[in-house]
Amino acid sequence: MLRPLLAALSLATAAAAADDVRTPLTDPLGSGMWSYHQKELLGDPLDIRFDDRVIVQGPANAEDTVNVPLLVDATAIGDVEEIRIFADYGPIPHILTYHPGQAAPKIALRFKIDQATAIRAAVRSADGAWHVGSTYIDAAGGGCTAASHAYASDDWEERLGMIHGQVWADTGRARMIVDHPMDTGLADGIPVFIIETLDISDTQGQPIARLDLHEPVNEDPAFTLYFEPDATPEALRITGRDNNGNDIDGLITVAGYNG
Amino acid sequence: MITTRRRACALIGATATIGLPNLPFAQARLSYDLQPKPAGPGIWMIEGSTDYFSMDNGGAIVNCVLLQGDSGLIVIDTGPSRRFGEALAGVARTLDLRGVSAVVNTHHHPDHFFGNQVFATQPIHALGDTIRLAQDEGDGFADNMYRLLGDWMRGTEVVPPRNVLDGGEVTIDGRAFTVLPLSGHTAADMALLDQRSGLLIAGDLVFHDRAPTTPSADLAQWSAALDTLEATNAAAILPGHGPLDQAGASIAQTRAYLDWLNTTLRQSARDGLDMIEVMQLPLPERFAAMGAQPDEYQRSVSHLFPDIELAVLPRAN
Ligand SMILES: [Zn+2]
Repeated sequence: MLRPLLAALSLATAAAAADDVRTPLTDPLGSGMWSYHQKELLGDPLDIRFDDRVIVQGPANAEDTVNVPLLVDATAIGDVEEIRIFADYGPIPHILTYHPGQAAPKIALRFKIDQATAIRAAVRSADGAWHVGSTYIDAAGGGCTAASHAYASDDWEERLGMIHGQVWADTGRARMIVDHPMDTGLADGIPVFIIETLDISDTQGQPIARLDLHEPVNEDPAFTLYFEPDATPEALRITGRDNNGNDIDGLITVAGYNG
Repeated sequence: MITTRRRACALIGATATIGLPNLPFAQARLSYDLQPKPAGPGIWMIEGSTDYFSMDNGGAIVNCVLLQGDSGLIVIDTGPSRRFGEALAGVARTLDLRGVSAVVNTHHHPDHFFGNQVFATQPIHALGDTIRLAQDEGDGFADNMYRLLGDWMRGTEVVPPRNVLDGGEVTIDGRAFTVLPLSGHTAADMALLDQRSGLLIAGDLVFHDRAPTTPSADLAQWSAALDTLEATNAAAILPGHGPLDQAGASIAQTRAYLDWLNTTLRQSARDGLDMIEVMQLPLPERFAAMGAQPDEYQRSVSHLFPDIELAVLPRAN
């Protein structure tokens, strides 16, 4: 309880000094932290705007603070290099960066929320411009500072890195759930233990997309990636590594695929 | 930590009240207006709102039952707060000057037992597992209830039930019940059949014209529990939430909704839908018309979908 509060306070103090961004914007959610993140998390870009074409959808209320669903859709922006997803208020604001590559600039994920906050998706298009979408999610608090549930079961080590998932070519989507505690390091006595990167490639090893995960991603990270239905790969290889050096490796396929 | 937060809430509440220009009005607004409705000979119910917890309803969303015993009234479920428990005790004294003689908690959800502290000198009965769950999860529930209901909760302390009831024929303050120890809505759900009237007091195993809640649910166990309740052929059913059911439709309604929910979530997982997409699915009209929809459905997606998805999706390594 105390630590995120102090973190939020120190961030708020920092925010007061960070108003001198190169391109001042009016935050549609008026959360008070925007210009700070514009500078610190996005590097104070010159070409940046709030853009309704970046759709960010979450529940109005986080029923389960350690499993908050979020859907970010930037397909209307066109050629997207990366999507940075973060919370204005949280002990660790940065949730995830998605490099869609060959996939559509659209992703579904779950994350841990620590308090009511604006959630942002900052989308950098190929021309270097930033387009920002937002939503506001109310929450009871505690999602980031709670210990993961994993250690309550005694087989968590065997399940570490286990992947469930499938590809649906007809609707152009791939879903994956990777077993991992994703400990934030904010719970007393439990060090940071997270997957840092997941690479998505085709069966020949050609890269398709990449996800950079940060502490607030939920325990057992779950993602949907989207594709043009007629350009959906039949199988996707998922590889990655956590910060303790454990490898992650799996193959999700369309049902019945035998490649 | 929980105590600290609760004190903080109480302080904030106190400050806000002092700041209001019309103090008597502010106090009047935070009082429960509980009306006992006859539900059989020597039986009354306090009928809750079919909405979700809110500052407007003070959490009075639950049905409580008062039954005439030999030395006072037997109360089934005590509401969401100390203040509610006090109002309930007041209602009991208008029906029987001796007030409440015994308490039963059907399960450990906060709206069903957070009024217990008002009756702490009486026996408070529950299933053994309900007592354990109330002890383990009560403080967490309290945190959440203070957040949802603010000053309505002032002074509420978690008082878990103490007196273990097993299943079977049980007499409480001279009144005979058949106690059915079931599960599914939570890991321990008690239903009581009042032998004198044939009324089935179903707790939250049965909802009526109000969407069932699933934060602790096991849908397969719940379905089996509904089989047991159906087999009692009760004269009438008093659900945990929603109006008294004289026609016996509420069990089938609860079952139909839970079956639909289970089927919908499984099919959604098979189709690769994400939770947000599942939450946005349209509800069939008969379920959309239930109280607290579509919010309760969306909460159920949060509660149930992650596990269903893991069970449905194939392994990839
Ligand atoms: Zn309940």
